[in-house]
This record gives sequence, structure tokens and C-alpha cells, in this order.
Amino acid sequence: MDGERVYAYYPGCSLHATAKEYDLSARAVCSALGVELREVPDWNCCGASSAHARDHLLGVALAARNLALVEEMGMREVAVPCAACYNRLAVAGRELQDDGSLAAEVREMLGRPLEGSAKARALLDVVVRDVGAERIRDAVKRPLEGLKVACYYGCLLVRPPRALGTEERVEDPQSLDELVRALGGEPVEWPHKTECCGAGLSLARTDVVRTLSANILKMARDCGAGCVVCACPLCMTNLDMRQAESLKAAGEDFSMPVLYFTELMGLAMGLPGAGRWLKMHFVDASAVTCREGAAARQEEPC
Amino acid sequence: MARVGVFVCWCGSNIARTVDVQRVAEAARRIPGVVFSTDYKYMCSEPGQTMVRDAIREHRLDRVVVASCSPRLHEPTFQRCIAEAGLNPYLVEMANIREHCSWVHQDREAATEKAIDLVRMAVAKARRDFPLFRNEIPITKRALVIGGGVAGIQAALDIADAGYPVTLVERTPSIGGRMAQYDKTFPTLDCAACILTPKMVDCASHPNITILTYAEVEEVSGFVGNFTVRIRRRARGVDMEKCTGCGVCYSKCPVKVPNEFEEGMGERRAIYVPFPQAVPNVPVIDRQHCRLNNGLKCGVCQKLCPTGAIAYDQEDEVITGQFGAIVVATGFKMWDHSQIGEYGYGGIPDVISGLQFERLMNASGPTEGKIVRPSDHRPPKTVVFVACVGSRSENHGHEYCSKVCCMYTAKHALLLKEKYPDTQAYVFYMDIRANGKGYEEFVRRTIEEYGAHYIRGRVSRIYRHGDRVVVKGADTLLGRPVEIDADLVVLATAMEPQDDAKELARRLGISTDQHNWFSEAHPKLKPVEVLSSGIYLAGACQYPKDIPDTVAQASGAASKVAGLFSKPHLLSEPMIASVREEDCVACGQCVRVCPFSAIELVDVNGKNGASRRAARVNEGLCHGCGTCVAGCRGSCIDLRGFTNAQVLSEIDALALA
Repeated sequence: MDGERVYAYYPGCSLHATAKEYDLSARAVCSALGVELREVPDWNCCGASSAHARDHLLGVALAARNLALVEEMGMREVAVPCAACYNRLAVAGRELQDDGSLAAEVREMLGRPLEGSAKARALLDVVVRDVGAERIRDAVKRPLEGLKVACYYGCLLVRPPRALGTEERVEDPQSLDELVRALGGEPVEWPHKTECCGAGLSLARTDVVRTLSANILKMARDCGAGCVVCACPLCMTNLDMRQAESLKAAGEDFSMPVLYFTELMGLAMGLPGAGRWLKMHFVDASAVTCREGAAARQEEPC
Repeated sequence: MARVGVFVCWCGSNIARTVDVQRVAEAARRIPGVVFSTDYKYMCSEPGQTMVRDAIREHRLDRVVVASCSPRLHEPTFQRCIAEAGLNPYLVEMANIREHCSWVHQDREAATEKAIDLVRMAVAKARRDFPLFRNEIPITKRALVIGGGVAGIQAALDIADAGYPVTLVERTPSIGGRMAQYDKTFPTLDCAACILTPKMVDCASHPNITILTYAEVEEVSGFVGNFTVRIRRRARGVDMEKCTGCGVCYSKCPVKVPNEFEEGMGERRAIYVPFPQAVPNVPVIDRQHCRLNNGLKCGVCQKLCPTGAIAYDQEDEVITGQFGAIVVATGFKMWDHSQIGEYGYGGIPDVISGLQFERLMNASGPTEGKIVRPSDHRPPKTVVFVACVGSRSENHGHEYCSKVCCMYTAKHALLLKEKYPDTQAYVFYMDIRANGKGYEEFVRRTIEEYGAHYIRGRVSRIYRHGDRVVVKGADTLLGRPVEIDADLVVLATAMEPQDDAKELARRLGISTDQHNWFSEAHPKLKPVEVLSSGIYLAGACQYPKDIPDTVAQASGAASKVAGLFSKPHLLSEPMIASVREEDCVACGQCVRVCPFSAIELVDVNGKNGASRRAARVNEGLCHGCGTCVAGCRGSCIDLRGFTNAQVLSEIDALALA
């Protein structure tokens, strides 16, 4: 192993609540890959959801405080599993860099130094780019042979490209696909990688959310996927928790397991506890471990 | 002592609104050397010019300052004006109180003060003006036309018809250009080939036209009337004298490669003519793909050629020619839509470009005119046309309108409905720009008679779903999202300059705009000329144009060339650099900095009859830019009409006022 990688870790509110399994699986997978995550002490809201929509300055300042805490830890990069948190921290970081007077105002509000040296990284990006497909492949014990996966990036991982400075093809990102291939699975070609799941209207207009989420799930099925893998707790909520009502409203009768990419990694890497994470989902995801990959994994009990 | 007259122009209200012109005229009267000053509403008008001429006679003026607009606009006017009154035309100075003053300021008081300063500077310079004279330069009466599309063809024919020899250089194996690829032309639906091929044949048979295909311009030097151009004619691999165009060679060639002329939708051989009506009808060997050239066994074409015309070992030929004028007609290219992620990064086979659709419709195209989907060769039932793909889009680097897409999209929809009335045609558009003769009527016909569905709005996403292509967009008139299950999607992609436009511009010494379109000398009044004289533009190398505009501009360029050639000789520009040889130490700095290679070191007679080196300016090549003047360490180069003494006196007039 070529030296341990250390990152600050910003779980965000979801990973301490609705997306507990994302947090558990992220920590387990990183630890297995020799990536040390140090949780940012006393972190606060990233500014997503209401804050940045109501008050731009507040949105930036909330994100900036977290970045300042990362600086205080003496760290340069903070790994962020939630796509919405990542987006807020990365976009705010860029805004602070580009706008000196905004940075000064925020520093004043925070009452702490803020150099701008800390950079937000999506956990997915850390895993795929920094750890790399090769080391992941080496860590796989139970390749996901025969598992067709719809890689769902959602809207926030790669947009807006200029602010995030992403290397991905914005309308057809590849990092999750690359990861699934490294795990031995087969990413399906599908057009809805970055379609909106409706998270912005999650509470206000559930009818819109249902339609949008159903569209994504139907497209995944039509393109032959056995499961959807995502990297965002909000996507997960809409695609997993609301799945039954969404599909019912759309007149459909099927179910589609939805997993965090870290869970899929945990399964492929044979990490203990992977079964427990999946139990926290609404749609039965154990089907992924039993049905699709069973033959390849020598009939191991799940 | 010079006797200077100052003439202050109102330019209607252009100057007078912001500058108190009467005060400027009064102030001018108090400047040393000024013996007369006045103001007038339009100094460039005939009464204005008469006023100048009368004042010269009445007040025995020997220098004139006109305070009006930019010298680029009216300096020649006033040079002619004072020449008629018997003064050397280079004794007039323009004080630019419009572009440099009234148009860019609001504060009347400050603008008036500035105008007075500008006049004071011009007077100071005028007092040091001295008469300049022009020399005669001979003209080589042969034109070079670069690019063999419809623009180049038209320009060549018009120049040749005026009685002057023309060399037409084309990069591809045949003349014809983009227009040869089109099916029918809007709005008359004339078949493009039917109206173009007679012109191509005329070019080939015209005694005044020499066609060089598969050839490129490598180097250009010289100046108006006397350009020296090096042209590389790439090895064709076929002897043009011996070839009869029978076609046996390419019917038997075993190598198949995607056909550029069919926009990649058909195949051609490694030895090929791009299309049946090619001029010249002589194949070329594509050395990149020829088996023999890649070390494999072959030689089929050579064995079969009945006239022994195949010449594998033919080499590039470098031709150096003298030309008096150059017409640049290098055209455009279509933007590659694989850069649009929302439309599938070019990876959806049934999403094609307008030019590909053009080939699909063409009876001599890859499908013999049958419109079928590239993926499964089934005729489409629903076709979606998307206008403004990459055009009018800052995101994609083209803020401009590509101008022809609205019309050819309407044409595509109309022809589709005409051939297959049961097919649904949808057109997504931003605005319909149908501003040509018969254009608006054509679009209305497409919509009303042929029933194409026009939807005002942008397409946000195109993706494959099963064997169909889903087009998602907005209908901004209904304020609703739209989703269409299509079989085929045709993108009207943006027009772009050729990839090497910038490089050609560098070779020609002409300028380009921010998109690399060639820049005209004046957007309104010199649309055919460029800033370097003797070089003219024709067609879409300047900006997107349709065929009528292209042909009109080509004829315009040709008439400029004919006008130039009809003169017995040219007159040189007198405002050029001159070296005081006795002071020159031949350091060579001016030679190095001259952007026009107009200075060389020559042997001159030194003291006591000994020979020594000194810089000398070639008067034909010098553009009078002044770079050498700034570079000269010994201050022994001066620009006539802009001497160091004159420029310093202007600065003094401003600083010491």
C-alpha cells in the first residue's frame, strides 16, 4: 500500500440521520482502502436546502465556516459524500476565491481566519481519482459479475462545471461507471445519468418529485439495469423512500433497488456489515446481493 | 512662416451637440501660425469643400487643418479638395474631434477644451508638414483566387471574362466546394449541382483560367500589384495528362474509407474522385490509406489503368507565381456537434447534421435520395429539426447567427414533406430569420402548405430510448415542456471558419475577428476589401453567407480586381519610412522589427569613396507602420508625414499649452 491518504471528512446532516448507511459504508470502504477520514469537529450545516435559496451571504458563510474548520485542522482537502453538501462547499469556495470583498465580509461574519486553502472534494471523486480503479479492483473479493448497474449522478455532482472545475463530461459523467467496472459490474448505457430527481421540490411539490423520480426509475429498468447506484442522500430519498408511491402514481408495478456507491463497493469488497447497511433501505436491496451476483459469488448467504 | 487655415466641422449634431464648435474655431484663430478659421455644418459636403478651397485662395493658406472625423473616413476627401486648390495633398491635417472626442464624451465644457487641444496639436504638426509625392508602381495583371467553391468559381469567371488571367487554387481534389454537396437550394428549389456544374465546366474550359486542385498556398510575399505566391500542388499519384477519367481505377481499388464528400455516410476508395461531376475529373490517390503506400501488396489501379496514368512516385510540385491581386474565398466548415453533451456528444447515430441530411436527400448521395435512418436504414416517420445548434450561443463560442440555417431547415422540412407526406416534421427554432428575396414566403409555405410543425423554443436534451430518439424541449409560446419521440433528428449546426483560417490570414498578412472570420476593411463601405490593398474577400470565409450573397460578393471582389488591373500602374503611398543613410550604423534593428520585411541592409558609398553598409527601405513593401522608427537606436529613420519632429511638436503643443 503506497502510504495512507488522509482527508478531512464532512458528513453533513443527512449522513447522521436518513443516510446513516451512507456514512457507515463510506467509513468502512475508505478504511479498507487505506483512506483515513477525519471528521471535521463542530461542523455545521453546509448551506444547502433553505439557506442558500433564501440568503446568498448566509449560504456562502455556512459553507465557509466548514472550510475554515478544515483549515484549522491543518488539512487541505475535505471529502464530502453528500452531493448537495459537496456542491455548496465547492461553489462557495470558488465564490470566495473569485470575490475578495465577499471573502472579507464572510471572514468578518465568521470571526476566524479563512485563507481559502481548503478544497471540497466529492467522496466519489476521491475514491475514483485518488485511490484509483486499479487499487479498487485489487480490493474486490466478490466481483459484481452480471450485475447491470444504472449509474445515477444526479444534478449536483458535476454542475455547474465551471464553478466545480470538474473533469467529467457534464451530460455524460463517467466516474461512477468506471467504479462499477472496477467492481466487476456492468454499467448500463442510459440517458438519465444527470436527470433531475426533483429534490428541490422534495417537500413542496411531491407530485413533481414522483413524476421525475418515476421517469428515472423507468428509464433504468428500460435500459436493463438491475439496480441504481447513486452518490447523494437526496437522490436516495426520492428514488428509494418515494419509489413505491412514485411508481404507483405512474401506473408501474416493479421495484428497483437503489444503493450508495459505497454500499456497492462494500458488497464487492466483501466488507462485514454490508448486509446491515442495505437493511436501512425502503426498497429491498438485498435482491442485488442475492439474485444478480449469487452465481458469481459462489452461493454465499447474504 | 506657414499660413494655416482651420476648418471646424459640426458633423450635423454629431460633433456640435457635445463640442462648442464656434468656440473651437475662435480659439484656433489665436494659435500661432493660424491665419484663418471657421466652422461649418458639414465640412465634407460640396459647399464645405468649396469653402476650404476659397479660403486657401483668399487667405493664401499653405497648410490646412480640418477638425472633423477620423482621417480613415475623410482624409482622402480633403486631400483631393486642397489639391484642387493647388496645394500638395499632404499638407492637410485632420484633427479627429468626433470619434476621439464628441462621441466618447458627455461633458460639453471638457469636450470643447479637448477639441481645442486636438486642433492645437494638428496645427503644430501641420506647420511642419512638407509636400510628399507618389511614385508609379507596375501591376502584374494576373489574379490568384484561393478556394474553389462557388465564391472562388464566380470570382475567377468574372475576372477571366474581364480579360485577365486567373489562377484558381483549391485544396481538395475538385472545385465545387460546399455547394456541390447540397441537394436543392432555397427558396427556388433549383438543384444545386444543376446550377453549379455548368460554372465548374466553364472554369475548366475558360482560356483565362488555370485551375490548380489538390493545391495549397504556402507563402505570400510582396504587395498590391506585385504579390509573389508559393503554391504547393500535392502529388495526385495520377498523371493528369494521361488520365481519361474512365474510372476503372477506383471501381477496383480494394480499400474503403469513409467518404468526406458524403459527410462520412458513404464510402470511397483510396483512389477516388470526390463526386461524379468533379472538375478536373481526374482521381487522386489518398496516400494515407493506399495499401501500396502502407507497405502492403496491391498495385491494382496501376495494373488496370488503360492509359498508364497511375504514378505512385509522383512528388509534390511547388509553383511560384506572380500575381497582382488575390481573392480569398476559402469558405467555412460546419461545427462538430459532438461537443454538445445535451445532444449526446455526437454518439447517437440517428442524430445527424444538416449537411448529412443534405447528402441523404441528394439523388447522387449515399442512399440515392432515399431518406433513411443511419442506424437501421429504415425510413423515419417522425423527424425533428433543431435550429441554432451552436449558433447564437456564448456557451459554444459562437455568439453570432449562422444566417443560413433557418432557411435550409425550412427547405429540409419542405422537401421531406414533399417526398414523404406522411412523415411528421417538427422544427424547433429561436426566431425565424428569413430575410432574403422570397425567403419569408418560402418558410410560410413550409408551414402552411406542407404542414411542418414549428415549435418556438430550445431543445434541452436529446437521448436514445430503445430504437427511438427522444427530443425534450420547451414550447415557449405555450409555456410548456415538449417531448417528441423521433426517428431522426437533424441539427442545424453553426458555421465556423476553416480550421486553418488564422494560419492563412497570417500568410496573407490580413486580419481576422475574434472567431477567425477574415476581417473586411470597413463593415459597411468596404465589405469586399481587407486592410491590405490588393487582397479581396468573397463568400463565407468572412462571415456566414448564403449562395446569393456569396455570389454577389464574389462578383464584387472580381470587379475590384478588374478595376485595379484596368489601371496602367499604381501610385505608391508616400507616407513611408526613409533612412538618413549618412547617420545609419547598419545595426540591423530595423530589419529585425519590420513586420513587412521591407528593410534590408545594402552597400552604400561611405566617406572617402569606401563602401559601407546602411539600411534601405523598399518603397513598395513599406506600409508606413513606423515600427522601425521606434526601433532605430540612432533616430536616423523617419516616417514621411509623421516625422519625429512633427510628433514631438504635437506633444509640445499639448503639454506646453
